[in-house]
Amino acid sequence: MTLSRQTDIGAAIDAVYRTESRRVFATLIRLLGDFDVAEEALHEAFRAALEQWPQSGVPDNPRAWLVSAGRFKAIDGLRRDARFDALDEDAVENIADDRKLPDDEEIEDDRLRLVFTCCHPALPADAQVALTLREVCGLTTEEIASAFLTGAPTLAQRIVRAKTKIREAKIPYAVPAPDELAARLGSVLRVIYLVFNEGYSASSGASLTRTDLSGEAIRLARLVVALLPEPEAMGLLALMLLHESRRAARTDECGDLVLLDEQDRRAWNRELIAEGVALVERALPLRRPGAYTIQAAISAVHAEAGDAASTDWAEIVGLYDLLFALEPSPVIDLNRAVAVAMRDGPAAGLVLVDAILARGELADYRLAHAARADLCRRLGKIDDAREAYARTLALTRQEPERRFIERRLAELKK
Amino acid sequence: MKYLCLVYLDENRLPELPDEECVEFDAGVRKSGHCLASEALQSVQTATTVRIRNDKLSVTDGPFAETKEQLAGFYMIEARDLNEAIQIAAKIPPARVGSIEVRPIRPIRETVAAKSRQQQQQQQ
Repeated sequence: MTLSRQTDIGAAIDAVYRTESRRVFATLIRLLGDFDVAEEALHEAFRAALEQWPQSGVPDNPRAWLVSAGRFKAIDGLRRDARFDALDEDAVENIADDRKLPDDEEIEDDRLRLVFTCCHPALPADAQVALTLREVCGLTTEEIASAFLTGAPTLAQRIVRAKTKIREAKIPYAVPAPDELAARLGSVLRVIYLVFNEGYSASSGASLTRTDLSGEAIRLARLVVALLPEPEAMGLLALMLLHESRRAARTDECGDLVLLDEQDRRAWNRELIAEGVALVERALPLRRPGAYTIQAAISAVHAEAGDAASTDWAEIVGLYDLLFALEPSPVIDLNRAVAVAMRDGPAAGLVLVDAILARGELADYRLAHAARADLCRRLGKIDDAREAYARTLALTRQEPERRFIERRLAELKK
Repeated sequence: MKYLCLVYLDENRLPELPDEECVEFDAGVRKSGHCLASEALQSVQTATTVRIRNDKLSVTDGPFAETKEQLAGFYMIEARDLNEAIQIAAKIPPARVGSIEVRPIRPIRETVAAKSRQQQQQQQ
């Protein structure tokens, strides 16, 4: 065999590993009934591929080959152990049943089973996130630990505990029944959005690894949408794509945050916007839209406007009305008031913001005071504006934001 | 797979749950074959705690720990997996005012028996 053919095979196995290893793993978990046994079997299967494929060539269906090889190796291992443990003999025979070899469709379903198992609400929230990144995305424990700024041992322990609970409390490896699906999908989407925000909100320091987290979240959402095209899953994917499209414009060269209406819209990623908008349009008419879909729709209206002035603010107010009806939170009410100010002018907005502040829940919410300050400034109420900026400044923890407010205050003094 | 569903609630809220409703649920879950055993408990005021310390018996009044919600009863159920156990637990009437802790049963007898079999095989 020539050296170049060997390199070709090596590259082919690498490629198969990248595209197939998580699929094969998900199926092995179902066939073998255990995360750790499946992981070991996955390694054994690729070891066998490295030994055999250089001679035999890459099989026509490498996925099925790997599943079959992994299962065979695992049965071998289990039989060896079972000689000492009568309890497991039935289990081994059950696993060894040849009729259970899966087809491609089942393998895709296994990926979805894995997602729902890792995001099971009976697991602690931080473990759901860690387990999903580890088992579904294939990140290493060290990669996850550095992305979440925690120690690898802590994270490893979290994952071990979660797997123990899956095994001992018998959390099933299953896509939930239709009547449970809505609630359970909510938990999956929450995990994905958490991963995304962890990658999106950090703009400095370990920014490289954290950008990867946003990418992983988008990949996960694509997987869920492909396997389970529920409107809210599409809505979440759209929301993340539209946020992601603005990444380059969100910060200036000093790393300071740039507000939406001051961003250079030429730096927005048009491809991501087109994909996001198309998803929103698909998701909106399907059912009464959920919170992710509505937020994505708001984001889409911004994405399609040339600047703040030509934005369809009436549409945005309408969408906030829908969102508020779904989740009556004062923060959503505040966002709606800001949109009303853009549609009807600052005076109309200020009436609403003052009413929200008078209710008291947002008395210590800096963005409420920042909104009031901005509206007063635009109305020429200099003293009120100054007072509101001072309140905002007192509540602000972030340095870039502090600089922004001090700049505004200095302008008002002129 | 066996799970113990431990029913916790603030005893002061017990009157919100008519006994009739609880008994009706109990009859239903027993008939379905999912319930292996179930009982309601007397008030936590009637609890006695027993300990052996330094080979001496110590008996004290009250539960092991004071908590806002008290153990009020239990259901031992048989379920396919945790999802089914959760579905059953959700229907236990006190779930509405208190909470149900769902705990898988550890097969301790089976584990010990298997271990002793294994030791016998190794000796042979």
